[in-house]
Amino acid sequence: MSFITNFPLFTIILSLFSGALCMMLSGEAARRYTLTCECALIAMAACVLGYTLSTGQAFTYVMGEFPAPWGNEIRAGVLEAMTAVLFLIVMFCAVLAGRKYLPIDIDESKLNLYYTLINLMTAALMALIWTNDLFTGYVFLEILTLTSCGVLIVREIGRTTLAAVRYMIMNLLGSGLFLLGVVLLYDVSGHLLMVPMRASIASLASDPGNMTVLSMAVGILTIGLAIKSGLFPFHYWMPDTYGWATPTSGAVLSSLVSKAYIFLLVKTYFRAVGIDVVRRMPIGNILLVLGLCGIVFGSVSALRADHINRMVAFSSAAQIGYIYMGIGLGGTVGFTAAIFHIFAHAVTKSALFLTTPRLAAVSDDSLLFKNLQGSGLRDRNAGIFFTAAAFSMIGIPVFAGFASKLMFGTAAVSVGSPLKLILVMVVLAVSSLLNAMYFIRTVIRIFGPAPDTAPRYTGFRPTYNTAMVILTVANILLGLFSQVFADLIGRGLMMFA
Amino acid sequence: MREGFRRWLDGEDDVLAHVMDSEEVPYRTREEIKEERRMVSREADREKGTEVIAGIERRSFRAVYSVAAVVSCVLLIGVLLFTIAGLPRYGMENPRTTEVVRRYVEKGLEETGAVNIVSGLILDYRAFDTLGESHVLFTALICVMILLRIDRKNMRTGYEDYYMIREDRLFDMTKDNIMRGVGMIVVPCIFLYGLYVLLNGQLSPGGGFSGGAVMGAGFIILAAAFGMKPLDRALPERRIRFITFAALSFYSFAKGYVFFTGANGIPNRIPKGTPGAILSGGLILPLDIAVGIVVAFTMFGFYSLFSRGSIGGE
Repeated sequence: MSFITNFPLFTIILSLFSGALCMMLSGEAARRYTLTCECALIAMAACVLGYTLSTGQAFTYVMGEFPAPWGNEIRAGVLEAMTAVLFLIVMFCAVLAGRKYLPIDIDESKLNLYYTLINLMTAALMALIWTNDLFTGYVFLEILTLTSCGVLIVREIGRTTLAAVRYMIMNLLGSGLFLLGVVLLYDVSGHLLMVPMRASIASLASDPGNMTVLSMAVGILTIGLAIKSGLFPFHYWMPDTYGWATPTSGAVLSSLVSKAYIFLLVKTYFRAVGIDVVRRMPIGNILLVLGLCGIVFGSVSALRADHINRMVAFSSAAQIGYIYMGIGLGGTVGFTAAIFHIFAHAVTKSALFLTTPRLAAVSDDSLLFKNLQGSGLRDRNAGIFFTAAAFSMIGIPVFAGFASKLMFGTAAVSVGSPLKLILVMVVLAVSSLLNAMYFIRTVIRIFGPAPDTAPRYTGFRPTYNTAMVILTVANILLGLFSQVFADLIGRGLMMFA
Repeated sequence: MREGFRRWLDGEDDVLAHVMDSEEVPYRTREEIKEERRMVSREADREKGTEVIAGIERRSFRAVYSVAAVVSCVLLIGVLLFTIAGLPRYGMENPRTTEVVRRYVEKGLEETGAVNIVSGLILDYRAFDTLGESHVLFTALICVMILLRIDRKNMRTGYEDYYMIREDRLFDMTKDNIMRGVGMIVVPCIFLYGLYVLLNGQLSPGGGFSGGAVMGAGFIILAAAFGMKPLDRALPERRIRFITFAALSFYSFAKGYVFFTGANGIPNRIPKGTPGAILSGGLILPLDIAVGIVVAFTMFGFYSLFSRGSIGGE
């Protein structure tokens, strides 16, 4: 066994340790340490990706002395490693680009606690990605829930506290439902580890009498994760949560936390329940309908928003709808499209949330559209990065958003149901139009003529620009080499089974 | 003395009046409170743009909301009951669902060295989950620290004096003789019991989580009876942070070592000990202590933060 197989374990243990350590450090030291640590984690995840690609198969890693049905396990395949690398890169960029705002938004005495939370969140994300056990998934889901509320309230203004209370209630409801689903599955199958559970469920599902209980269990679990990731009609916590958080938190919450829940859902479907069993349940169609509704309602709300962060947050609701639409369409193509969109949206949305505060900073600290007139001219870097991300959201070729929309279209065609095809195509067209309307309007607004267009930021700002360039380049790479990534995702999904 | 006792019996004098200081809350009738709420909502209505929303919220929305809440709850209850009816019956022999449990019960003692199988289960078979669980508590403590520890942002300007008075009042609570007397007797027993539960985790029901919770309760009673000052001297914030950090990182690295050796097939050098002795169960005892420390300090931290907005008085 190669030494690289230990790296998934190291990423989790190191992040947990970093969390405890940052509590002891000063804010400045904690920031340096966290960024270094993230780099090490990215390197480790990249090694795992290379290793799984070269061996061509996934590996499981026994946590302790006790093998499969008795002890804990983690697992790494191409898809897990890819997701880990991408999530860690986005996390790194979010911390790097948002760091100037942290001392403004957070009291000096609590900066180190913020980095503690960021590290614990990284650990939870890693554990959710690598886990091969449903209950481990639940435990780290709890850490993710708590840390995501923590990075929200850290700003300590009334708005974020209120948003955090609402977010917490929705999140705990979701966690509770997820736990209920896991308990039901454990009760009928007798296992918590994913592979033995799937074998047990496969033999159960051969008797149609058991399908009701199984559908209920999987349905409750799905609803729980859907609430946590903000699927329509559970998306009303999004604008306040994402819109008022400090930029790093907004970027991380919208692009990583909600996606990690969806990743766990996909993993549960493929590895714990078995995709053939899930296909026999009516869950896919429900997710498809809710996803389509989410796309339309999210876009309409975004169009009506009066400040830029609210618009970007509502557009998140629409993008979550896209991902669930892919899951609802089912099939390898549908899931590939959904996971590709997780990646595309992670790099795009974090870029948007990291640029809007800069645009606001040169517009009298106002996020309202009417005050943002010409802000892209006053801060050209932020304007350009925002425009690139906005183009990706609209789905303009070269950017990742175009590739994912193309994949969704292909998935709809390959399903072979005319009704679904028409529905998906109509919604894709309508939502693209709406997306274009509100993003183009914003781009025109921030580059529009204004009485005061003198550049405010002339100096070269290496850290911010580096982070944003990484995100934008990742976006373009995802768009240009979408076929390569789709193949890799397909291989990862094959390894799941 | 006798005079005072008679006066107290007659209800003319309150012996606690000078000891306990309670804040005077002006008495208001229900009508007054309702009127004040009405005033507030009228004020809100006057703000531009909220008339429509407030109107909807008050009349139709409330009605629809209550009906929808009841209907969805009843539906959920029905669905869950229906699901439960389809589950395997409790206690039924089913080789598929009891395979894992059987191994834990039959071989747990031999493989983990712990007489208490639950401890062996959570700290050896499924130690990774428990590692996460202890960090859940730590995360909760960090979140409460962020929310409640007093700093320049959540102390409203102009109210600094209020916070000082509030803190001082808490330090003054030690005049209560009943609390002190009972605390003197009870606290040592609680700590002893907590330690017993903690250290016997591998032998009898108990372990880190329950023992730590008992000790945390001991800290809270100590603080309530004797005030925060003696505790602040013994456990300033830096020390609490360091001990928590040490406990958590010990847990992470000890278990990291076990995971590493287990997965790579390296022999594990940690002795299992004689089952039934206090030093048995391999790593279970030290891990229980680490978990217990985290739990106890988390509980005490919550109490301290909620009552005065700081840990260790810094």
